Amino acid sequence: MKKGWKELPIGTQITKPGSSEEFKTGDWRTEKPVIDFDNCIHCLICWVYCPDSSVNVSDGKVTGIDYDFCKGCGICAEECPKDAISMHSEAEGE
Amino acid sequence: MEKIIMAKTGNESMAEAMRQINPDVVAAYPITPATEVVQIFSSFVADGLVDTELVLAESEHSALSACVGAAAAGGRVMTSTASQGLALMHEVLFIAAGLRLPIVICEVNRSLSGPINIHCDHSDTMASRDSGWIQIYSENSQEAYDNTIQAMKIAEKAFLPAIVSVDAFIISHSMERLEVLPDNEVQKFIGEHKKPYDLLDVDNPITLGGLDLQDFFFEHKRGEIEAMKEAKPIIIEVGKEYGEKFGTTYGFFEEYMMEDADFAIIALGSTAGTTKVVVDSLRKKGMKVGLFKIRVFRPFPFEEIKKALEHIKVIAVLDRVDGMSSFGSPVFHEIRSCLYESETKPVITNYIYGLGGRDIFPKEIEGVYKELEEIAEKGKVKNLINYLGVRE
Repeated sequence: MKKGWKELPIGTQITKPGSSEEFKTGDWRTEKPVIDFDNCIHCLICWVYCPDSSVNVSDGKVTGIDYDFCKGCGICAEECPKDAISMHSEAEGE
Repeated sequence: MEKIIMAKTGNESMAEAMRQINPDVVAAYPITPATEVVQIFSSFVADGLVDTELVLAESEHSALSACVGAAAAGGRVMTSTASQGLALMHEVLFIAAGLRLPIVICEVNRSLSGPINIHCDHSDTMASRDSGWIQIYSENSQEAYDNTIQAMKIAEKAFLPAIVSVDAFIISHSMERLEVLPDNEVQKFIGEHKKPYDLLDVDNPITLGGLDLQDFFFEHKRGEIEAMKEAKPIIIEVGKEYGEKFGTTYGFFEEYMMEDADFAIIALGSTAGTTKVVVDSLRKKGMKVGLFKIRVFRPFPFEEIKKALEHIKVIAVLDRVDGMSSFGSPVFHEIRSCLYESETKPVITNYIYGLGGRDIFPKEIEGVYKELEEIAEKGKVKNLINYLGVRE
């Protein structure tokens, strides 16, 4: 439950550093990127281009998309040299 | 305590109060007719009479923005402006209030363009009335001085910014008798500077001005609205303390011969002084007239005003601003709205006067009282909204 007006600190202060992590901007998305790992060569181009740092990488390999923060801009799909990322409508539930 | 009697204009009086407050930062962009406030204050800075960091910005927007930064960093902050200057500060007014920063503006009421004009009306502060700033109107130089000192204390107790205003030229440039308090008494009265938070406290870092969308903006605004309500008892308490210490008690409004009055005029600023003269002369002729002078327009003291006006038969609100097709002008519709809640519902009419500094004369005010008497006799209002002193 988010805080009510009586509980908030005076003057719109944000008293916790890095609290933007709690603000899940992923729900702004209308289309979501889906990675086809059969074609992915882990070149990390998508990781470089992603404006929201929402491509998860572990040990130099792409592991997936952070859907909590991916806004669905589609840059990763556009830049992927292997066409391994495709955009799917959120409305279709896929 | 010995008060010093001086001859000072409204602008000089506010500058004197600023000197005695000795703020940490004044960021300003001087504008007619408030230029002198900053000009005189800058000479105090140059002469080493204050410890203030004076920031001369490139516009009023920047001046108030600098004030916001300085106040957020924990400073005691003041500025001065008028008319177009206040208009240019408009968006920053809301930011200062939203951040709950106790900044004080010494404002001179001047008409907003267009057409361009430098003289008095209340269109500037009335255009800012819903920005979340406390608004205190002054009748004369003495009140401008007293109100400035009180505003600093009120602002820092309520953690809200405050505007103290005087009528352009009529007060800002007219020399009057002024009782000045000793410097140390002013310092004692306003007390140690209080801040809502401290941006420079590195052990407890905070973020200000963060994006505040659908999920929190309303809650933050709701808190700000509550702060305005909570400012009411603070204003009364500070006004009372001022009276106990220095002799003149201040409240939300001043009632002049109102106790047994049948007919009342409501006015803000210098016109209240002119109206008092008319009240005195009509009282001698046996007319039961009174003046109700509003000092604090924000927070609007609706319960207190309702109670104070319930017994009046007919009321005229003099507005030195037009609502441009709203139903009457700002002071009128707020007063009328709060009297809707009363059992007695006095008859209330609106007179718009003095736009662009057009003088208002005792004779015209006397005419208004006569019209109120006529309304009472006939039991009918001819015109709810009237224009006083304009050529047809």
